[in-house]
Amino acid sequence: MARRILSKSKDSQAMGPWRVAWERFRKNKIAITGAIIFFTIVLLVIIVPILSPYKLSEFELSNKNLPPSSKHWLGTDEQGRDILFRVFYGGRISIMIGLVTALITVVIGATVGAIAGFYGGRVDNILMRFAEIVYSLPFMPIMITLSFALMWRVPSQQKLFMVMIILAIISWPGLARLVRGQILSLREQDFMVATTALGLSTRSKIFKHLLPNTLSYIIVTATLEMASAILTEASLSFLGLGVIPPTPTWGNMIERARDIKVFSSMPWMWIPPGILIILTVVSINLLGEGLRDAFDPKEIR
Amino acid sequence: MSDKVLIQVRNLTKHFPVKKTRLFEPRSYVRAVNGVSFDIYEGETLGLVGESGSGKSTLGRTMIKLYPATAGEVIYKGKNILELSEKQMKPLRKELQIIFQDPYSSLNPRLNVFSIIGEAMLEHKIAKKGKDLEDKVKEIMEICGLSAYHMYRYPHQFSGGQRQRIGIARALALNPKFVVCDEPVSALDVSVQSQILNLMMDLQDRFGLSYLFISHDLSVVKHISQRIGVMYLGTIVEMASKEDLYKNPLHPYTKALLAAIPKPDPNQKSDISFIKGEIPSNVNLPKGCPYHTRCPYAKDICREKVPENREMEKGHTVACHFAGEI
Repeated sequence: MARRILSKSKDSQAMGPWRVAWERFRKNKIAITGAIIFFTIVLLVIIVPILSPYKLSEFELSNKNLPPSSKHWLGTDEQGRDILFRVFYGGRISIMIGLVTALITVVIGATVGAIAGFYGGRVDNILMRFAEIVYSLPFMPIMITLSFALMWRVPSQQKLFMVMIILAIISWPGLARLVRGQILSLREQDFMVATTALGLSTRSKIFKHLLPNTLSYIIVTATLEMASAILTEASLSFLGLGVIPPTPTWGNMIERARDIKVFSSMPWMWIPPGILIILTVVSINLLGEGLRDAFDPKEIR
Repeated sequence: MSDKVLIQVRNLTKHFPVKKTRLFEPRSYVRAVNGVSFDIYEGETLGLVGESGSGKSTLGRTMIKLYPATAGEVIYKGKNILELSEKQMKPLRKELQIIFQDPYSSLNPRLNVFSIIGEAMLEHKIAKKGKDLEDKVKEIMEICGLSAYHMYRYPHQFSGGQRQRIGIARALALNPKFVVCDEPVSALDVSVQSQILNLMMDLQDRFGLSYLFISHDLSVVKHISQRIGVMYLGTIVEMASKEDLYKNPLHPYTKALLAAIPKPDPNQKSDISFIKGEIPSNVNLPKGCPYHTRCPYAKDICREKVPENREMEKGHTVACHFAGEI
């Protein structure tokens, strides 16, 4: 590797497609703003709960429903827990749900799409019909039924994983279709015909020639998928179907606002998680759009 | 050019299935190549001309097994390569190479020139990883007129002509014996065309290559080939040495093609009418001679019977019932 970098530096104009994309991304001010906001939130979510004097399991009923003060910067909730701590700890959970969901989606979606696109024919037919079946499942009714069925059997901690897996299961078909389409069109390109003429192995064909050319689409989809998973988890938790207290997430913290008294007279309980959801989702979307523009294959050529 | 035959193609046929639009529709086929036979001699360039859709590219790609053939034989080194498994084929792959028409889609945009050229050299153990590979890539790049200095650049940083040189270097890196040149210059502008053609002729002398040179540009084919085959609707209708073909074309289609070459004299009137209409669909081939629908000399027999390939002079074959009479 070091040798390669060394020889590369001899020709400073050797710009790979990733460098080109990065240069283009860097010039996109909106995307850079999105990236800065997002990574700041990630940093805060990691640091604040560590620095905070409060703990997750700590509550004092005597301190309940306090407005913001020097002791509790964002006030406390109905069980006397510190909102500042909970909103950032909840951010860890929400962002982790987004990340893990996006990761599972990419692994399943890209694998299924790549296999379907590369082998084509019957394999393609079976995999894509299966993906379409999953795609057409009504998500909300299934989610509601599942949460009620599992409400008493799955402990709060594991409900988190259930939410991630369900979110990934409903979103992989979209990515699988995208990757399959890309691979089908790449397969017809002359450079893929050339790999056959050169006698390259199937492994090299898939991992060196096909997947790197779809990677930009996968990255963009994964980024946007992460934002949508955070939003879906928030709406599920808001309806009481996702992650339930005491584990905090942004969604179940906003859920407090369903109580008209909290909504009208205790805004410190629902405004902070609301703002964080908006900031996170908007910044991820800006970042994703920026990546999409940066990777635009028509300009890489 | 010697008299030793390098590759024999016998009755090569390639049909592509057409996607069915209705459920119980009988499957139909695009008959791209229909029973083509010819030989390629060591060190020669066989030109292949024909209009778009005549099956030139399909023929070139099928004969080196890039598409599975429907029927026929391709005999190379005493073996019918169409019967070999991909594993048995692998050592032969490096001897049968291809250069593509489109210098944009034929190079992987994610790999630099070093990887594009070097990857297959590693796969076939022509070079050892490291310094050896680097030297060999540099050498072939310089032979093909690229500066070795550009080794770590990516395809999007090169012009069309340079990319075509990269494509040529990739094919030649494996020391092939035979190269299918699938319209290698038709995407380039004229000044670059001649550079690439001259490069290809130099390389042929240097490495003793045989080419199947596919083109629809008659002047290019005339420049580079020793023998020329004329293709129409999936069959070779006439094949002869360059001199014979241009001086004494026997098939009415060849005559019409040659008459269609623009002449640099505005006062000279062309005496042959141009070919009428378009090439028929190769899903439903015309009965009898494939050319009868457009042939001004077509008689009843042409509509009924497929003409056999006849050798009119030594090395000059033609598939026409009335060859020599018209």
